[in-house]
Amino acid sequence: MANEVILLDFWPSPFGMRVRIALAEKGVKYEYRDEDLRNKSPLLLQMNPIHKKIPVLIHNGRPVCESLVAVQYVDEAWNDKSPLLPSDPYQRAQARFWADFVDKKIYDIGKKTWATKGEELEAAKKEFIDALKLLEVELGNKPYFGGETIGYVDVVLIPFYCWFYAYETCGNFSIEPECPVLIAWAKRCMQKESISESLPDQQKVYEFVLMMRKNLGIE
Amino acid sequence: MAEEEVKVFRSWSSAFGLRVIWALKLKGVEFDTVYEDLSNKSPLLLQYNPVHKKVPVLLHNGKPICESLVILEYVDETWKQFPLLPQDPHERAKARFWAKFGDDKVLQSIVFGILFKEGKEQEEEIPRAMEILQHLEEELKGKKFFGGEKIGLVDLALGWLAYYLGIIEEVIGLKLIGQEKFPLLLQWIQEFSTAPIIQENWPPRDKLIAKFAASREAVLARGLK
Repeated sequence: MANEVILLDFWPSPFGMRVRIALAEKGVKYEYRDEDLRNKSPLLLQMNPIHKKIPVLIHNGRPVCESLVAVQYVDEAWNDKSPLLPSDPYQRAQARFWADFVDKKIYDIGKKTWATKGEELEAAKKEFIDALKLLEVELGNKPYFGGETIGYVDVVLIPFYCWFYAYETCGNFSIEPECPVLIAWAKRCMQKESISESLPDQQKVYEFVLMMRKNLGIE
Repeated sequence: MAEEEVKVFRSWSSAFGLRVIWALKLKGVEFDTVYEDLSNKSPLLLQYNPVHKKVPVLLHNGKPICESLVILEYVDETWKQFPLLPQDPHERAKARFWAKFGDDKVLQSIVFGILFKEGKEQEEEIPRAMEILQHLEEELKGKKFFGGEKIGLVDLALGWLAYYLGIIEEVIGLKLIGQEKFPLLLQWIQEFSTAPIIQENWPPRDKLIAKFAASREAVLARGLK
């Protein structure tokens, strides 16, 4: 049976990285297509007409949009190996709760660490560290949020790690002294090929952020 | 079968809490309700939802689950009768997409973009809201409910629209959707709001109107500072 998988993505997108990691964890062969977001492909506009955003996972011609939806889809469509969500409904609910927390907090607040200044920046840095500390408590002394192996929350959160250098450099703060457990977790994740191969180099992300700041007229 | 303790912490007016009780009642699950006064949250609520300190919270055999859409999936996985999500992974993905669309776009536009705004700002949001609602109209083509023949996850996620939209229209003195452009959405509103279980659980209309009017006033007053 033909199993055609295409991922429409944009290399620095943490949301796209989530789907890359999920597909890698499942050993799925797919075609990666990098979009120029200033000149979106007809395929992207056709497959995600409502939001016109990446990532879009196209499986046998059918699109799945929204990164959390796509990661869950990958977990369900390729359920023969490496389960990302646990089987117990309560554990699943906890995983979904924390994935939702990451979505509500990390991206928007993280963006403020490179896109704002003065009081707004100071408030954002505090909020960001507070959010990471809550995640540290949830992690506890497990190697991964998923327990002994990578799970849903690990996949959802780890992409932001390659953005930390940009956040820290632009925002002039350091995450590791405040959140050593989380950074240890991130480094542990980066030992896994499915993750290290899916994340771009943090220096490249930083250069991308500098370009975005310039375009937005910051500093 | 072991005795189960199911409790829902919610407020009388919250649409998010309604999602949870609809799901439980549709599945025939017995539960107790704990009404919260959101201006004076109980220690129990703060204990069960320390991260967000919000309602609704589902407590099942002493274990709390928070965030209404997370709760809906938990309820669907725990009590298998009257399934809210289809079996096929792609259909499930579509349902999750629309549930998220409802919260990210529909709710944002209608409540934060229109109800809580006035004048030019409100005026400018209206065509955006119409575009967003048009997507729902198209999604309803050939279907009685968003879930198909029966109520599903998306109907419960968007269900607030079937009652609260009319209330918001009354508070702002503007009709947002009409028969000409939104015949299917209006039909869904009728079908959903009068469906068994759903029909019996709407909060009192006049109380909601008063509450939404007061909230609107409070938000607008804050903005003028």
